[in-house]
Amino acid sequence: MHPTDFTIRGALEALNEGIVTSEALTQAHLDAIQALNPRLNAFITVTAEKALEAARASDKRRSDGLAGKLEGIPLAIKDLFCTAGTRTTAASRILGEFTPPYESTVTSNLLRDGAVFLGKVNLDEFAMGSSNATSAYGEVENPWQRSNDDGVRLVPGGSSGGSAAAVAARLALGATATDTGGSIRQPAAFCGIAGIKPTYGRCSRWGVVAFASSLDTPGPVARTVEDCAILLESMSGHDPKDSTSANLPVPDFAAACARGVKGLRIGVPKEYRLEGMPEEIEALWQQGLDWLRAEGAEIVDISLPHTKYALPTYYIVAPAEASSNLARYDGVRYGARVNGEDLKDLYERTRAAGFGAEVKRRIMIGTYVLSAGYYDAYYLKAQKVRTLIKRDFDEAFKTVDAILTPATPSAAFAAGEKQDDPVAMYLNDVFTVTANLAGIPGMTVPAGYDRHGLPLGLQVLARDFDEETVFAVGTAIELAAGLKALPQVRAFA
Amino acid sequence: MSLDLQTVRRVASLARLHLDQGEDQRLQAELNDILGWIEQLQAVDTEGVEPLAGAGASAMPMREDVVTDGGQAAAVLANAPDRAGEFFAVPKVVE
Amino acid sequence: MTYTIEGETGPWELVIGLEVHAQVTSNAKLFSGAATEFGAEPNSQVSFVDAGFPGMLPVINRECVAQAVRTGLGLNAQVNPWSRFDRKNYFYADLPQGYQISQFAHPIVGTGVITVELSDGSTKEIGITRLHLEQDAGKSIHDQHPTKSFIDLNRSGVALMEIVSEPDMRSPEEAGAYLTKLRQILRYLGTCDGNMEQGSLRADVNVSVRKAGEGFRTRCEVKNVNSIRFVMQAVEAEARRQIEVWESGGTVDQETRLFDTSRGVTRSMRSKEDAHDYRYFPDPDLPPLVIDPSWIEELKAGLPELPDARRTRYVNDFGLSAYDANVLTAEKETASFYEEVAAGRDPKVAANWVTGDFFAMLNRMGKGIEDSPVSAKHLGALLDLIADKTLSGKMAKEVLEAMGETGKAPGTIVEERGLRQVTDTGAIEAAVDAIIAANPDKVEQYRAKPTLFGWFVGQVMKAMKGQGNPALVNEVLKAKLDG
Repeated sequence: MHPTDFTIRGALEALNEGIVTSEALTQAHLDAIQALNPRLNAFITVTAEKALEAARASDKRRSDGLAGKLEGIPLAIKDLFCTAGTRTTAASRILGEFTPPYESTVTSNLLRDGAVFLGKVNLDEFAMGSSNATSAYGEVENPWQRSNDDGVRLVPGGSSGGSAAAVAARLALGATATDTGGSIRQPAAFCGIAGIKPTYGRCSRWGVVAFASSLDTPGPVARTVEDCAILLESMSGHDPKDSTSANLPVPDFAAACARGVKGLRIGVPKEYRLEGMPEEIEALWQQGLDWLRAEGAEIVDISLPHTKYALPTYYIVAPAEASSNLARYDGVRYGARVNGEDLKDLYERTRAAGFGAEVKRRIMIGTYVLSAGYYDAYYLKAQKVRTLIKRDFDEAFKTVDAILTPATPSAAFAAGEKQDDPVAMYLNDVFTVTANLAGIPGMTVPAGYDRHGLPLGLQVLARDFDEETVFAVGTAIELAAGLKALPQVRAFA
Repeated sequence: MSLDLQTVRRVASLARLHLDQGEDQRLQAELNDILGWIEQLQAVDTEGVEPLAGAGASAMPMREDVVTDGGQAAAVLANAPDRAGEFFAVPKVVE
Repeated sequence: MTYTIEGETGPWELVIGLEVHAQVTSNAKLFSGAATEFGAEPNSQVSFVDAGFPGMLPVINRECVAQAVRTGLGLNAQVNPWSRFDRKNYFYADLPQGYQISQFAHPIVGTGVITVELSDGSTKEIGITRLHLEQDAGKSIHDQHPTKSFIDLNRSGVALMEIVSEPDMRSPEEAGAYLTKLRQILRYLGTCDGNMEQGSLRADVNVSVRKAGEGFRTRCEVKNVNSIRFVMQAVEAEARRQIEVWESGGTVDQETRLFDTSRGVTRSMRSKEDAHDYRYFPDPDLPPLVIDPSWIEELKAGLPELPDARRTRYVNDFGLSAYDANVLTAEKETASFYEEVAAGRDPKVAANWVTGDFFAMLNRMGKGIEDSPVSAKHLGALLDLIADKTLSGKMAKEVLEAMGETGKAPGTIVEERGLRQVTDTGAIEAAVDAIIAANPDKVEQYRAKPTLFGWFVGQVMKAMKGQGNPALVNEVLKAKLDG
């Protein structure tokens, strides 16, 4: 077994038993990155020197008996998290060579617990996208290939495509990610790994480049449910610097993985049964329910009647917030600048050159729906529908403990597909976006394969701040599925 | 509701986005597609429904009135594309 | 009598409303931990939140909320237990986030009212529409470089209260009186230092004109006027401009203007935003501002006595004239000084001394009450020396002068200079006898011309080095001369 094949839990044990050092573990991952990143383009910035230095410091702490909960674990950081002294790009040209003088709360928490950062991973520009195709630093390739046609480059999903691809290809043991409409869960599903969007407020947004503040949720991706639990526990916690951070204790998430599902009531929302949904996804969903039933859960039909309005609601709320959040990129205090005749011209040229097409599209939509005369018809309307969507979940959780749905309406698609039709691209998030609007936790767990051998995931949703139930249900599915296949493109394959 | 070209240009100006030749027309088509799709929301009955602005806490926390920050002009200015001494610099603004 | 300006077509009435931006007195900014001090080195009081850096988030300063609540209570206004912050979106060089965090739809304070005093002795109630909290912008400096503007973000994020009045004012005087009163209340509350030179208090003045009996015509907003005098001048100048426009057959366009203080005219702002469209929406970084009613009660209980209440008390309890009461309550510091002087003493005598000789002395020295060389304690001690007849009124004036020059206690000066009033009738009789004996001719003249009495008083006081008790000197002289 190669060190890059460890789970986080396994690596922690191996480190503890002296079977491996963090330096060796880190070096193995850096070697893997060097070998595969030219192809996968998962990393925007690799901080090899810093990583090895951190790994050696970690080994010292461990030998001094000062090991933290993630001591020596090499991770990839989505390039949306500000990292002190390391360029942070949000995969946008507009940030230029911006180097934050501060460390995001989530990454600070990971460093506090001893994690080692390998570098910054790729994403859709400002986390706006579902295929990682909008990055100014190039597309990321999904390490999985269709069994019948290995010539087709598949997308890793987005926006956390770099995080998911890096973890799936064994370029990191885990990664930070963010989820605004499905940006953790959709790429995790496409790349055959696990990923959890915790409850809004569980992980601090401080130091995370903002996309849509009322929806943005940091969370982890990793190769097992338990690894996600370990990472999330470290990333979570109340942050007085974020006014929306929840002042609640962080439970022992890893312990919750072993709870089992006996006696849990699992909801099946009929509105997630989409017309034209591939049969294999429908079948996988049924399979998941059967597994849970076999483990002692009770399956309950429920209704979330406003589900079909979630995406259009999201595509008002998120661009509206984004149009305001991205106003600060004006070429005055940091980032790229394109000079102009006067200040207004400087702004317009800087922003025209600095933002990509999808970001501009969303800024335009957001500006429009907030502008005088349209606010009530679009933004206010969307906020009211958001209330109804939240209410649907509140009602459902009166009778069930968790909800099981497919994670995505399809497996990973080919690069270039859906590129010309924004609305078709937006439909990728149809199953995931509701959790962001309601604020509830949601997790993708790999559960099977499509007919071409590509991974498919199931999604588990639960009540606000009940990630423990999500982990319990996720683990039950993971165990029952017992998946063994590995992506074709992976370290030391 | 559909956007005319003039509105596209006005919105771009509000958002401080310079549009290249033809870009306004391309955006007009794309935005109208998206807005047309969003239009389905109008079918939802939201009579008497309170808007939900965010999913977070119901009341905001407060900080104490203590100076804990600042005194770091060098760091604040370190990433600036243009500066003059301890100031950020921009093309002259006429009021 | 309605104030009017006479145009070619007859009299015009004025309609004036003020939007006042008052800097909240606090150590740190509204949403960050950076300092608020005036005059610091450029960009030295800037957090990454204030500079709009990626991923930075606002957390509200509790004291700024408290100050807004206190101000609302001081304006007899409704404090809203639930309010919210919105983003006001626009691009400007000194607005780092690309939006200002403000309160648009749900302000922290609702309607209130303040009473202003006018020069003819009448009072008028001016309605307050609302008060809300918002961030100040940074500062653009345009005169340091031929082709560049410089940006200093020290002010960026400092807490402001925007206090909006109803369009209830009808003359430059009323506008001036309103701003004066508002400033007085803020300073009493300690919620804003009212320093207009440093920009802690600035007014946007909305002016329109109309013929008697009309509804409102189009108004213009004169931005950022930074003194009470300029507010009054700007009202008049803008009203005259609008009258000219209307009378020459034109229409007044709703617009933002600036007051040119050197030329005394308003002018249109050149850098007009292309069609203001601020796209307000609730700031998703900030949950609603919920204020516990018990906190409001606590803040209410801690409020200082406000000028109106204090003035009434001075008139009713102390028996002061309305004029003296006004003068003494104009500034909180003056009132506090006065009350310390008056404590345990005759309040009217104390008022006479404070508003009379003491103020005159400060005027001569070019000092304010806050840097007065004579403390309230010392001035009170001086009054005690008059009351126990150690000093005559005249001597006391001399001692006050000496106190002003040296800062010493009156007792010390009396000791040092041996200035003790003589009340011993024996000594006074001896001095009187000596003067009468030395001036038989004057005594003769006095018989025909009793006004010479004053001359004798002067001679006796002179002989006694001014230390004779004036009443006793008078009494003894009268007896001797007339007897």
